[in-house]
Amino acid sequence: MKYAYFPGCSLHSTAKEYDISSRAVANALGIELIEIPDWVCCGATPAHLTLHLLSLALPVKNLLQAKKLGNYEVATCCAACFSRLKIANKFMEDDPVHKGKVEEVVGAKYSGEVKVRHFLDILVNVFGLNNISERVSKKLNGLKVACYYGCLLTRPPEIMQFDDVEEPHLMDDLMKAIGAEPVSWPYKTECCGASFSLTKTDIVLKLSQDILQMAYDAGAEAIVVACPLCQSNLDLRQSSINKKYKKHFHMPIFYFTQLLGLSLGIDPKKLGFNKLIVNPSKALSAIA
Amino acid sequence: MRIGVFVCHCGTNIAATVDVEKVAQALSRFPKVKFSTTYKYMCSDPGQSLVRQSIEEHKLDRIVIASCSPRLHEKTFKKCVEVAGINPYLVEMANIREHCSWVHKDMEAATQKAIEITKLAVAKVSRARPLQKTYVPIEKKVLVIGGGISGIQSAIDITFAKYPVTIIEKEPTIGGRMARFDKTFPTLDCAACILTPKMVTIAQNEYATIHTYSEVEEVTGHVGNFKVKFRKKARSVDLHKCTGCGACWNKCPVKVDSEFDMGLGKRKAIYVPFPQAVPNVPVIDRDNCLWFTQKKCGLCKKICAFGAIDYDMQDEIIEESFGAIIVATGFTQFDHAVYGEYGYGKYKDVITGLHFERMANSSGPTGGKIVRPSDGKEAHDVVFIQCIGSRDEQKGMPYCSRLCCMYTAKHALLLKEHNKDSQAYVFYIDIRAAGKNYEEFVKRVQTDYGAVYLRGRVSRIFEKGGKLIVRGADTLSGAQVEIKADLVVLATGLVAQNDAAKLAQMLHIPYDQNNLFTEAHPKLAPVETITSGIFLTGACQSPKDIPDTVATASAASVKALGLMVQDKLEREPIVAKVNPDACSGCRACIAACPFSAIETDEIEDRKLKRKRIVVKVIEGVCTGCGNCTAVCRMSAIDLEGFTNRQVMEEIESLRV
Amino acid sequence: MKFFISQDIIKSSFLETLQRDCGEKVSHCYQCGKCSAGCPISFQMDYLPNQIMRLVQLGMEEQVLSSKTIWLCASCLTCTTRCPREIDIAEIMDYLRRRAYQKQLIPLEETEIPLFNKIFLRNIEMFGRLYEMGLIGMFNLLSGEFFKDMSLAPKMFLKQKIGILPHRIKNLKELREIFKKSGKLAKAKRDRLLHPKLIFLNLSRKVIGKIERLK
Repeated sequence: MKYAYFPGCSLHSTAKEYDISSRAVANALGIELIEIPDWVCCGATPAHLTLHLLSLALPVKNLLQAKKLGNYEVATCCAACFSRLKIANKFMEDDPVHKGKVEEVVGAKYSGEVKVRHFLDILVNVFGLNNISERVSKKLNGLKVACYYGCLLTRPPEIMQFDDVEEPHLMDDLMKAIGAEPVSWPYKTECCGASFSLTKTDIVLKLSQDILQMAYDAGAEAIVVACPLCQSNLDLRQSSINKKYKKHFHMPIFYFTQLLGLSLGIDPKKLGFNKLIVNPSKALSAIA
Repeated sequence: MRIGVFVCHCGTNIAATVDVEKVAQALSRFPKVKFSTTYKYMCSDPGQSLVRQSIEEHKLDRIVIASCSPRLHEKTFKKCVEVAGINPYLVEMANIREHCSWVHKDMEAATQKAIEITKLAVAKVSRARPLQKTYVPIEKKVLVIGGGISGIQSAIDITFAKYPVTIIEKEPTIGGRMARFDKTFPTLDCAACILTPKMVTIAQNEYATIHTYSEVEEVTGHVGNFKVKFRKKARSVDLHKCTGCGACWNKCPVKVDSEFDMGLGKRKAIYVPFPQAVPNVPVIDRDNCLWFTQKKCGLCKKICAFGAIDYDMQDEIIEESFGAIIVATGFTQFDHAVYGEYGYGKYKDVITGLHFERMANSSGPTGGKIVRPSDGKEAHDVVFIQCIGSRDEQKGMPYCSRLCCMYTAKHALLLKEHNKDSQAYVFYIDIRAAGKNYEEFVKRVQTDYGAVYLRGRVSRIFEKGGKLIVRGADTLSGAQVEIKADLVVLATGLVAQNDAAKLAQMLHIPYDQNNLFTEAHPKLAPVETITSGIFLTGACQSPKDIPDTVATASAASVKALGLMVQDKLEREPIVAKVNPDACSGCRACIAACPFSAIETDEIEDRKLKRKRIVVKVIEGVCTGCGNCTAVCRMSAIDLEGFTNRQVMEEIESLRV
Repeated sequence: MKFFISQDIIKSSFLETLQRDCGEKVSHCYQCGKCSAGCPISFQMDYLPNQIMRLVQLGMEEQVLSSKTIWLCASCLTCTTRCPREIDIAEIMDYLRRRAYQKQLIPLEETEIPLFNKIFLRNIEMFGRLYEMGLIGMFNLLSGEFFKDMSLAPKMFLKQKIGILPHRIKNLKELREIFKKSGKLAKAKRDRLLHPKLIFLNLSRKVIGKIERLK
């Protein structure tokens, strides 16, 4: 299994542990991730808030770069990149007016032929949960996790076609397969505040606080995410949340690839646990 | 041949855009046209007199009226010329209004077009043949499909006129949805109290025959003579021997979720759906009965003092003829499991309107207590959400179900009556309370029963801490609203039954994209269908409340009785006719006929000296649509009144 | 929030223009409020999402484009997913944001958001990939919150989660062409990043805050 890999800006900095753990997992499972040469930022939220054409052109440029590698599907871990790439593909397939303009801007023809998949989708649906279960050497000892999908993975359902839009379960299925116990909780897809992290920090604090509280009430020992911004809002901002709302959350926020890597027997040092802000040692020792 | 052409001004409707004098003049120059004139209002009394006088004066034998659509006045002019002694099928209407003056602005071009339209009519009428009306006998029996309030009311009206009527009902008892209701709006009459007397009336009436636990399987024939095949499913209990004593269902060891109680209560494998069922005879659910699944038990048979239990009973196929059919198959509830935001139907404490009816009912599964199905505790904070599945292009039906605003108000009232400490929250978009005393009822609920009305849909419901968290909005104050509810009642909309499409196809009646049966005309013929002899009543045609249902039931029965009182039914002779000598028996016409009006026939071929297959038209069923004529490769089948020769003549006339 | 609406406003071409350029049928909205009910940011907005739709229907362009709501929308797409009339409300919010940006009708308190967006995009234009230090540094400076999130900086450096130097891609020229062409085709202007009023607002907020705490 070979994929053209699009890490995205965050995976090279604030979400480095996501990149490290994803590559480690891919390596262990025999999935080859070939990084797209000279990829550029997908534009994320600022692009589509400012210039529609730019927000389509940047992802399309990356998809054209991926095409140069060969006839591979693109794999990505960041939920925002996943969303922008898929939306760009949709416009290039369905909207001839925008298609023409974008092709003029990027200087090449493109009709949405490079398909995009999220790493979670690849693991569960393409590689298969059975295959993963077979390779699990260290079951996670019933660690109670709240799987948090965030907004962009499943919405809008017609374009993302990722999972059930109101009650997604791909991550929960994966967690179960590796021996963790996913809790049933109602905030799987509630917004964390997304890109308001720097500009409207108080909104992020409130929404993330609600999520942390809900996970805590459901009995979770940790939250598992698949999006760098969700991770950052829940992890990096947890101390501010505790201060503002007078709470005592101590909820580690893991990337699903980190827990998966752990269950596959990969050395924890190679999964970037030390890069998490909220100290995960208590949860990790419960597994060991 | 002496053809007369009469061009109508229709006031300014035609004359403003078409130069009618010019049309009359142009037509008078045609060979067979011996008289051509105009008049201001041809359909009026003096107009018709003009036609009759002209026929006599100029010895005309075929008439063309250039005026409005034949749908409006063809009958008028047919009668008019008949009086003057001309066969009514030698009149042709040239539509120069709807097809010309009403859709164009340029007078010169419109006049030219009007001339051509009239020319075509002249050509057609020149090849017309005089036709005679046919008559079909009428079977003096009416079939009512469906035994709910609409079917029962129709049947009662038919029996009042002393005509026999048969009700075929799918469930083991008549009564329909109304039997499940508690109280009805706006009078708060107890549903069972007003329904059961009607059920008994019709059951005891000498003119009525009721077949319950039966389904229609095939319908052939035509108005006056519908041949209906229906299956009387095996009840496993002899209707004549059973006294309804109840010994059998008391002893039955099997308990199953009760459909009548919406799964809130249990019933036995041998059961009567509700105590006032008509007939008050149980039925054995063979899928769950121990005898039928494992050949064990057999207690009911042992205990029955009247020997009414019959395990060997088989389904019976019965064939009967009826003169008219009334379709009264009703509705079912929208299934809210499509809404992921409301839990995909998994939350036990998120229920539907019918669930609430059963709970509120004092003889229901909770003894009249409004409780949470999950733990049986009494519900205090109850959220009612309107428009579930209605007015929703995304996941439900685009239409408004008409009743939900009213039944929700009723539920809010009943909740307060059953539980003084309760609080009702109603999320609505609009309040549709158009019936008599409806608006006053809703206002009363809002002011006297403390129900809080919040204007906005609910975005999400989820379970937390034993409660249901409801996130909605109130657009009037511009606020998000969150209610922690004990119980959520979804006002699910009315949709067509699951087998509605199948039944419509069986009956050859049209139905729309929502599987509701289509009426002949939405304004002027709401209880008829375009298929003669088949009438509609109740919610199977469109969602309606009980007063409207009863009104349409009586309307449909009047239509049916209109057929019953006649000795024979006049039929238009515009039907297809087969020339067996030309027919090759390919049966393309049978495939093309949407009404199943053509059947095969065997004739003796004198030339080949053997039998061969040809086709025959069942004239009573044929509606004269002409599909068969179009597909026949041999030109063996032709449509009277629109023959191939007539059509060719029209086409030829345009070339000159 | 009181309005006076006359025929001229209702008959303005705003609704028609939006429906044509955006492709979304706002006239289908029957104000059921499901979008507002599920919007996670409603609590901070001045107009609820359904009210924005209503104002658009009534042609009230200025009120809509100068509202806080359109900037507070997080594009979480909950409204779009649940709208019974199948209107893409988030897309309309995007369109309104872009239009407000073009017409420079942004309220002062929300100026931070388009400012952030602009810094982000210039950052990418310069390097090809996001240089976080540059982004945070510039944003803090130009928004007048000089020391925001400073306490988090040491942790981030220690855990090597943030790079001190930017990472440039090889083919910057091609990327800059894309930026230029997109701007030209969309007729966008390059505008200033300096907003003295905003800096003053945030600085004075901080000062007043400190004074309050000292009391």
